Amino acid sequence: MLPNVQTITPLTLTASTLVTANGRGLGPVLQALRERRSGLKPCDFEDVPLKTYIGRVEGLEDFSLGNELERFDCRNNRLAWLGLQQDGFMVAVAEAKQRYGAHRVAVVMGTSTSGILETEHAYQARDFAGSLPAWYTSRYRYTHNMFSLGHFVRACLGLRGPATVVSTACSSSAKVFATADRLLRAGLCDAAIVGGVDSLCLTTLYGFTALQLLSTSPCRPCDEDRDGLSLGEAAGFALLESSTCVSRWGAVALLGYGESTDGYHMSHPHPEGAGAIRAIRNALGRAGLQPRDIDYVNLHGTATRVNDAVEDKVVSGIFGRTTPCSSTKGWTGHTLGAAGITEALISVLCLKHGFLPGTLNCERIDPTLHSRILCDNDVRPVRRILSNIFGFGGNNCSLILGTLR
Amino acid sequence: MKVSIQGIGLLAAGLEGWRAGRAVLAGTEPFTSVAVPDPEAALLPPNERRRSSDCVRWAVHVAQEAIAQSGLDPREVPTVFASSGGEMGVLDTLCRTLAMPERVISPTLFHQSVHNTAAGYWGIATTCQESSTALSCYDDSFAAGLLEAVTFVCVEQRPVLLVAYDLAVPAPLSEARPITTGFAVALVLAPPSDCSLGGMHLRLEEAHQDGPTGLVDPVLERVRQDNPAARALPLLCAIAAGRSQSIRLSLLDGQQLVLGLDPCRN
Repeated sequence: MLPNVQTITPLTLTASTLVTANGRGLGPVLQALRERRSGLKPCDFEDVPLKTYIGRVEGLEDFSLGNELERFDCRNNRLAWLGLQQDGFMVAVAEAKQRYGAHRVAVVMGTSTSGILETEHAYQARDFAGSLPAWYTSRYRYTHNMFSLGHFVRACLGLRGPATVVSTACSSSAKVFATADRLLRAGLCDAAIVGGVDSLCLTTLYGFTALQLLSTSPCRPCDEDRDGLSLGEAAGFALLESSTCVSRWGAVALLGYGESTDGYHMSHPHPEGAGAIRAIRNALGRAGLQPRDIDYVNLHGTATRVNDAVEDKVVSGIFGRTTPCSSTKGWTGHTLGAAGITEALISVLCLKHGFLPGTLNCERIDPTLHSRILCDNDVRPVRRILSNIFGFGGNNCSLILGTLR
Repeated sequence: MKVSIQGIGLLAAGLEGWRAGRAVLAGTEPFTSVAVPDPEAALLPPNERRRSSDCVRWAVHVAQEAIAQSGLDPREVPTVFASSGGEMGVLDTLCRTLAMPERVISPTLFHQSVHNTAAGYWGIATTCQESSTALSCYDDSFAAGLLEAVTFVCVEQRPVLLVAYDLAVPAPLSEARPITTGFAVALVLAPPSDCSLGGMHLRLEEAHQDGPTGLVDPVLERVRQDNPAARALPLLCAIAAGRSQSIRLSLLDGQQLVLGLDPCRN
């Protein structure tokens, strides 16, 4: 089946930044990947007694947003703020703003739960009449509302272009690349800040417990004995510009993307991965590439029994048994709505530094899997990477990132 | 950017369906706000319908009306779902439960809490495997959804289903987000064509001192201001009346969407 999509002009990632449980900034994340050091630790989030491991970003409890950003103060926006401060990202955005004008730079963010932790706290603090505290109600718009993250990032960066928050569960911050490409191609902006932030909260910790999908140990993607996922939190951002404007030999760019849905179930993947296949095929089509052109697949690889099995069926069906694949969830945990940008930026590190991360915590590869699962890191030149993200509601997105020649 | 409108779905108090609501919006029949019965959303399989949230039934109901009018196969139409707060009723139940000592939430309630719940149920009901995006832009969610949908139509040159919805927010969450009445609207947008409900061109502009287009009818104007999805009303009124009109929708501070409407020729 040939995909019904046209090739796109690559979008250069002029700047990027990432904060995960592995550290603040791309440097510490790269170091953790190379040293095979996981950010997962036994759950110590608030008063949550669950027997699970989490990828908590250190220090979010120790500061608050002040001055004109005070109304935005919540765990999710603190994490966003921390992300924006790393890797010289603010300077790169300021330059883009100067180049194009503040109204020509779009903001497209992804999150699944936004600042819901504020609402959880507010419900615990209801008064005798059942009313919510004033500190919460006056700031709902700036903290929990789904657009809060977009509003916050736009305010922090002083941008005045179109802005939106995509919230399609785990695929949120992968799909932001697609929305940004459409805005750029329609001429509604000259550059776009894409990214995503999701932070730990009771909803997801107890929600995934209810679904019986949390592992009691650090998650083990693709392992024979894998028994569920570990939750994490992350913030990642990238500045996208058309490669025709900023084409630079050796720069990393988005080459293609594919979006699809399963049309099957809210929380179980389609048994044959029909939607996932469509997302990957469309990404290849937009990049004008064949499966053999892909050097490495960064799997969604959540470490649930079902996800890894279905994803393997899809990936081995398209890429065969020789293309190296791995999941990096063992480092970061599943960062949900931030997983798309987290894994896109890990892919950027692989492209820039010429290495492939072997699946952390995978000791014995599940013998029923047919893809070539990497367990150890591999040092080699990498030119094109496909990154998969699949989410609740059967919402899928695949991205292809590569080095421009 | 130019598109054609191929189908409309509508549900709100006093506006039960596009066919019935059209005369009211055109001003030929008076607007009377009566409570909306639980929407049929007949496309949902009975077991999914039983478990579904109010948002899901409202969104699926209007989506179904719009798609039927367009004559398109829903399996071939990508979707954009826009809502300010999404599943506010589910979030209320969830946060009440999480405030109790045991914190035992149901798996169904959890997967229904995501912003793309309505989009997911639409996909399940239609078995559509095309792209589906759920988004929010607070009070400007309809304008942001329209921009995403129109951009998709123009860039990919294919029809897109836009669904915008926000329901009345239950107490105590309503203290934080006072939306008092539900509103859902669906538009099937496609590349320009003669055979349609009307043509629309859209451009993004710097904010205009006149502000967004309002409504003459004070009762409808209150609905427009109460519910972010009801920001669609000026557009719907113009289509219903067959008026050539320019409509301004606010889109964040500093910007607005300007819609130019060409009435249908049939």
